[in-house]
Amino acid sequence: MITNDSEFFNPEMETLTRSGIEALQAERLQATVRHCMNSPFYKRRFEECGLTPDDIRTPADLYKIPFTTKQDLRDTYPFGIASVPLSECVRLHSSSGTTGNPTVILHTAKDLDQWANAVARCLWMVGCRPEDVFQNTSGYGMFTGGLGFQYGAEKLGMLTVPAAAGNTLRQLKFFTDFGTTVVHAIPSYAGRLYEVMQQTGIDPRRDTKLRTLVIGAEPHSEDTRKRIEEMLGVKAYNSFGMSEMCGPGVAFECKEQNGMHIWEDYYIVEIVNPDTLEPVPDGEVGELVLTTINREAMPLLRYRTRDLTRILPGECPCGRVHKRLDRMKGRSDDMIILKGVNIFPIQIETILMKYEELASDYLITLDTQEDNDVMIVEVELKDQYIDDYAKLQVLEKDITRRLRDEILITPKVRLVPKGTLPVSEGKAVRVKDLRKQY
Amino acid sequence: MTIHQLSIFLENKSGTLVKVLNLLKQEGIQLIASTIADTAEYGICRIICSEPVRAYEVLKAAGVAVSLCEVFALSLDDEPGRAADAIALFAEEGISIAYLYSFLLGGKGVLVFRTDNAEKARTVIESNGLGIIAEKDLSKLV
Repeated sequence: MITNDSEFFNPEMETLTRSGIEALQAERLQATVRHCMNSPFYKRRFEECGLTPDDIRTPADLYKIPFTTKQDLRDTYPFGIASVPLSECVRLHSSSGTTGNPTVILHTAKDLDQWANAVARCLWMVGCRPEDVFQNTSGYGMFTGGLGFQYGAEKLGMLTVPAAAGNTLRQLKFFTDFGTTVVHAIPSYAGRLYEVMQQTGIDPRRDTKLRTLVIGAEPHSEDTRKRIEEMLGVKAYNSFGMSEMCGPGVAFECKEQNGMHIWEDYYIVEIVNPDTLEPVPDGEVGELVLTTINREAMPLLRYRTRDLTRILPGECPCGRVHKRLDRMKGRSDDMIILKGVNIFPIQIETILMKYEELASDYLITLDTQEDNDVMIVEVELKDQYIDDYAKLQVLEKDITRRLRDEILITPKVRLVPKGTLPVSEGKAVRVKDLRKQY
Repeated sequence: MTIHQLSIFLENKSGTLVKVLNLLKQEGIQLIASTIADTAEYGICRIICSEPVRAYEVLKAAGVAVSLCEVFALSLDDEPGRAADAIALFAEEGISIAYLYSFLLGGKGVLVFRTDNAEKARTVIESNGLGIIAEKDLSKLV
């Protein structure tokens, strides 16, 4: 039984040596690959490549297996990759959007438990204890930052406040009334919280017990972290996860705040050159490729995350041998991350092109307005629709609503005269990111 | 029965209107009436001018977001109550006015407007013998 003084939530796994990790990974990889033969998708893929599970003994054999991509998830939508019957699954999480197929990740009860354990391990690592009060400002529902942190925080034993997203005044009331000590928020929302604290005369150091902030789901710089820590008087720890890998809890900073330990008893990490798909050495930036080795319902082999990062070389003073990922450096595709929500420009384009009133040029601008990240969608109006004001207003509203339904964020839609957006030569610039501190 | 009006979509930036007016000036095209409605982001500038079709081509060629619309232009006696009487005729037929503006020209009051039902409006004008301005008159008016 661990006590509050324990450094580790799961001492056995967190204190593994490198050779211990390697042995465990080999064992779990073999079991995972065998289990994957229950998945119609992987069974066919292995057959196509002339591979058998016996060909995969250690992580060094992974290169023999083709990558799994988001497109594979879409093509097999909804349940084609599952390695267990649906009757054994207890939950699914799905990506937003209706453009093409969304992606679906299935979980068994054991998967959910393991996921909760991973999140609890992360939170314990940064000093969370059962005496803490944990408030989650994530959206719940399909967004894994909600239920993922909820179950993890409960697993750890904290009192949880599932406040969910939005209603900042209410969030602040919960802080003061319930004595919230730990908050999970996307970085842009942390700024918003502070802004409203200032407006309402709340001094976070004097009027709240806030101590720890967990920030993730959105790229942010070291400066942003420092600013958040300074504003709220907290320690802020970077969290990394994605729904394909369960959600939060994949990798997390320790108290050193220098890189996120990726739990190698759950995942095998590869970093590859996104163009050649060849591995790059530790320390070099490439695309993160993950293989799940602790999942039942839907293991993924060599999943291309499209996130660009690097493995930080060297040992971490915290004693954990689990490799450390640097902050995400960007994407190897055109995915936008706004307020923690993943958005592909093609989703927006598909909606815009349904309107006969609109010409084909558009520009998506991401900007920070009053500490709030916003999306502005400028779109060119065809000349023949100019004269009717009422219709233009209705048009703007209608585009806004349909975009919101698709991307789950309300953009500011701006109609502009034809010919005013930058003309595309070859590949058009469709996205401009002017957000602060990125 | 209708005349051509230029409708120009303008961004709310200084200089956009000047650009349009200068293009017309260079071509010797004269404004007869103009109006701008605005929102936070853009404005629609509506212009009646001496040669609307040529003006449209000039603006279009210069890359201005412009459309040529058909609007009614009633020519009324310059006396109190004439506008009220005229508009009442359309109201009685259940015709809605989308927008309207007016000006004085050559001793006549001119009402320019667009309705939600051009066919019905045409009938109202014909059956009541309302005076109108025709497109060919525009160049003579100035």
